[in-house]
Amino acid sequence: MSNTPTDRRYAKSHEWLKDEGDGSFTVGITDHAQGLLGDLVFVELPEIGTAVEAGNDCAVVESVKAASDVYSPVTGEVIAVNEALDGAPETINEDAFGKGWMFKVKAADAGESDSLLDAAGYDALVAEEE
Amino acid sequence: MIYEHSRAGRRAMAQAPSEKVELAGIPDAMLRTSLPPLPEVSEMQAVRHFTRLSQKNFSIDTQFYPLGSCTMKYNPRACNTLASLPGMLSRHPLAPETHSQGFMACLYELQDILKTVTGMHAVSLTPAAGAQGEFAGVAMIRAYHDARGDKERSEILVPDAAHGTNPASAVMCGYKAREIPTGSDGDIDIEALKSALGPQTAGIMLTNPSTVGVFERRIKEIADLVHAAGGLLYYDGANLNAILGKVRPGDMGFDVIHMNLHKTFSTPHGGGGPGAGPVGVSKRLEPYLPIPMVDFDGNDYRWLTERDRPDSIGRLSAFAGNAGVLIRAYIYARLLGREGMHRVSEYSTLNANYLLKRLMEAGFDAAYPERRASHEFILTLKKQAKELGVNTMDFAKRLLDYGVHAPTTYFPLLVPECLLVEPTETEAKEDLDRFVEIMQTIKQEAESQPEMVKQAPHTMPVRRLDDVRAARELDLAWKPGD
Amino acid sequence: MPFIPHTENDIREMLATIGVDQIDALFDEIPSELRCGELDAIPPGMPEMEVSRLMQKRARTDGQPLCFIGAGAYDHHIPAAVWELTTRGEFYTAYTPYQAEASQGTLQLLYEYQSMMTALTGMDVSNASLYDGASALAEAVLMAVRGNRKSKSKRILMPRSLHPSYRRVVHTIVRNQQIELVEIGYDSDIGSIDRTELEHYSGEDFAALVIPQPNFFGVLEAVDELTDWAHENGMLAIAVVNPTTMAILKPAGEWGGLGADICCGEGQPLGAPVASGGPYFGFLCSTDKLVRQMPGRIIGKTVDLDGKTGYALTLQAREQHIRRSKATSNICTNQGLMVTAATIHMTLMGGEGLQRVAAVSHANTSKLTQALTSLPGVETVFKGAVFHEQVLRLPIEVTKALRALAAHNVLGGFDLSDDYPELGDAVLVCATELRNEDDIENYRGKLERVIQSQVQTPCQLKPDW
Repeated sequence: MSNTPTDRRYAKSHEWLKDEGDGSFTVGITDHAQGLLGDLVFVELPEIGTAVEAGNDCAVVESVKAASDVYSPVTGEVIAVNEALDGAPETINEDAFGKGWMFKVKAADAGESDSLLDAAGYDALVAEEE
Repeated sequence: MIYEHSRAGRRAMAQAPSEKVELAGIPDAMLRTSLPPLPEVSEMQAVRHFTRLSQKNFSIDTQFYPLGSCTMKYNPRACNTLASLPGMLSRHPLAPETHSQGFMACLYELQDILKTVTGMHAVSLTPAAGAQGEFAGVAMIRAYHDARGDKERSEILVPDAAHGTNPASAVMCGYKAREIPTGSDGDIDIEALKSALGPQTAGIMLTNPSTVGVFERRIKEIADLVHAAGGLLYYDGANLNAILGKVRPGDMGFDVIHMNLHKTFSTPHGGGGPGAGPVGVSKRLEPYLPIPMVDFDGNDYRWLTERDRPDSIGRLSAFAGNAGVLIRAYIYARLLGREGMHRVSEYSTLNANYLLKRLMEAGFDAAYPERRASHEFILTLKKQAKELGVNTMDFAKRLLDYGVHAPTTYFPLLVPECLLVEPTETEAKEDLDRFVEIMQTIKQEAESQPEMVKQAPHTMPVRRLDDVRAARELDLAWKPGD
Repeated sequence: MPFIPHTENDIREMLATIGVDQIDALFDEIPSELRCGELDAIPPGMPEMEVSRLMQKRARTDGQPLCFIGAGAYDHHIPAAVWELTTRGEFYTAYTPYQAEASQGTLQLLYEYQSMMTALTGMDVSNASLYDGASALAEAVLMAVRGNRKSKSKRILMPRSLHPSYRRVVHTIVRNQQIELVEIGYDSDIGSIDRTELEHYSGEDFAALVIPQPNFFGVLEAVDELTDWAHENGMLAIAVVNPTTMAILKPAGEWGGLGADICCGEGQPLGAPVASGGPYFGFLCSTDKLVRQMPGRIIGKTVDLDGKTGYALTLQAREQHIRRSKATSNICTNQGLMVTAATIHMTLMGGEGLQRVAAVSHANTSKLTQALTSLPGVETVFKGAVFHEQVLRLPIEVTKALRALAAHNVLGGFDLSDDYPELGDAVLVCATELRNEDDIENYRGKLERVIQSQVQTPCQLKPDW
């Protein structure tokens, strides 16, 4: 059974986006994505204050054999990053939807996230890829 | 670790100047206050340590090394011996031309040999490796467009099967790399190429035979399409060994190429370098070739520099590149001669096709079974991975136990569970037969005792290493006190 | 057939297995109109003994003149064991250690190399080497632009006291990435970076300042002050050092309050013969903080399944084979064989041996300077303290003087008149530990006669002694 949380939305490039209800959104990568990458060894996070655009890369996750860009699903400004990942990238492997969150964005247009997939849509995407 | 043999005050007495002179005239504040913490060992301890280390390596001299796309052929000893003659080793790079005619004659003749064998108009030997050759090649493409005022071209096209260096080199020259898909027959998807070409196209980087080990049959059509769009064609010489004396990049329509002398011209790989990556160009790109080059007026050899080539993309290293590698390649070319060039491609292709056929008979799947192999071919172990849970990496590691270096694994990325196998022309039939037997044995082991294969290797100095730990808990240098 | 083991019988059997009649049929996928004919312009093959004769002759042609040229390539003694070991087939004919279990020799050696380079330079980490000193500096510049997050500019301060070829190479390699190289002059009295000119850039946005030690003139730079100045102005400090000097001079990692951020240079003095300029190797070291911006291979220590120590390529996700167009560099190889030689060289010399080499080279250059400046009209150009090179001004045209000396088998130094015309008839001379008092006297005597002959008949060479 799927354990994809239904309280958030998903990008086709395997990021999740959670509306915090105050105009800000938390971003991370999905459990499926961390599984594909394998044991993560490094996470590069954006700097606080960086302006990000939906669909543009703003972070990197690295495993031993791969490196993958992380795209912001919304446009806005980075207001927080998960500094606990520095030195503990495995947190994403262990808890991608929770403690493995990556950064928070104050969205320029809160409605932008509506075009992303819901949990069922994302599960269908994953099923199709496999 | 060499530091384990180190004891304060011990040293190889004979190696350094015997007198200890005081430093005069350098202000104290600029001086180092302690001895640099290098090992303190005797000469014999050093010799023993490094001899033992060498014995932990696989090498061409000790093992079959069918590492695809790397052309691990025999490195003739004469090339090293003659390149190491005292006159060759002691020549200072800035010695005047009057004291360099012998050396320069070798370089000039090598330029000519490489021109002839590739069908290009002019050659510069200076790039220090294939990647630097690629950089020089793309930089020349850029210089050509810029000189024509054609500044809107922003993209270099690369096949999705290309070596990672191609897109990285394009980016170092300020271009965007755009990928072109490969068709199911191994050739480039021409329709996709057509739709990618446009006024933004600066050029395309191709390897032929391609990285999937087959000859790109529609190369002429590709060249015409790219040229019609105003782009130039770059030839990555990684697989030149396959076509030496059979077909020339210049005749295929390429404008600029690099060669890997450590592959095709058998200079040693040295544990990962040095190589040499000379570049060749068509006439219209000649002004942009990297310097220095060697010219000959019928009497004397002389250097071509900034003065002669004001439009050159410039220098790539402080002097003239990896001269010693160039001299080795020159000696190899003279040993082979014109007739030897043909033999390189003939016997490397014979060996590859024979080995492929035998492996297919033994039940292995070729990635492109309908195609003729070039000097290398791809097997896909998809079936074994799925049915037995034993993947390509497991096969590769188990090969080590049988005293064979593994072929290239997981490259190119587009073929799942792939092994890229390049036997080269210097392997005897019985060594190829032995490889087939070993592969069959491993397949049987994978069926009967998969766990044993998945744990391989079992006979190497170490077992599989923890790469994750190496990357997470970085330990990149021994520090005093370790 | 040289190097091809196939017998007639092998060929027949192999073709039969493949199912073709002749080898040429294996090229049937190449369009026939593209096939090339004979390569007549290439001479026929020669047996080893003939090639040997040819190469002996070529090597003899160039002679073995007495050489006082340095300028980036230095003739030091190389212990006999260095190349005996380095050319063992297991080092010489291995490739990139992709299969770590079958490459522990190369991998451990590279880890030991990294350890020795950090020991020598005082930096935190080292990569497994780049092509040469000049291209290593180009990579250091790119690394600084990526790594300096405070700087929004892509501008680099490059002193004119840096090797002219290095400046050219950096320009070639970085020019297409909109990186601007801004030159700073040198103090014409001392020969080091012009501090007054540098001050003009105080407060401006640059990614890095390049600090050579010693600089191209052999002169020692005020590295502590320069490093601090760079840091105060938000720049990274890139040290370009001669590794031999690191045995006696303050290591780059200790420059100023914080140390240099990146340290690179030419590794040739550590075990590579001058050999026409290559192969050499470039070294590149940095602080821990910048390790992920490093290009090239890096080896890490780890453990195997049994917990036994082993060595592996690490941080590979920076590299082109994984990161493709987003890699830190397009470089694939390192100069493995040269690094093998360097590691054995540093082991045999030890800290004490390298210090002796550095100190004797320094002393010999002082003796050379004294001997040559004893000639009328020959003088030192700069007042700054030097390591093992010195700029001298001659009373006659430098190009002609060097040509006349060369005719008598003395290579008298590097002619500076092209790169630094403002210095007049200036030559950069070098004496390593290998140039003894007889050699120095030989040079002095010949220069004396060249000067006399040129002063007497300024338009004519009279090399008839």
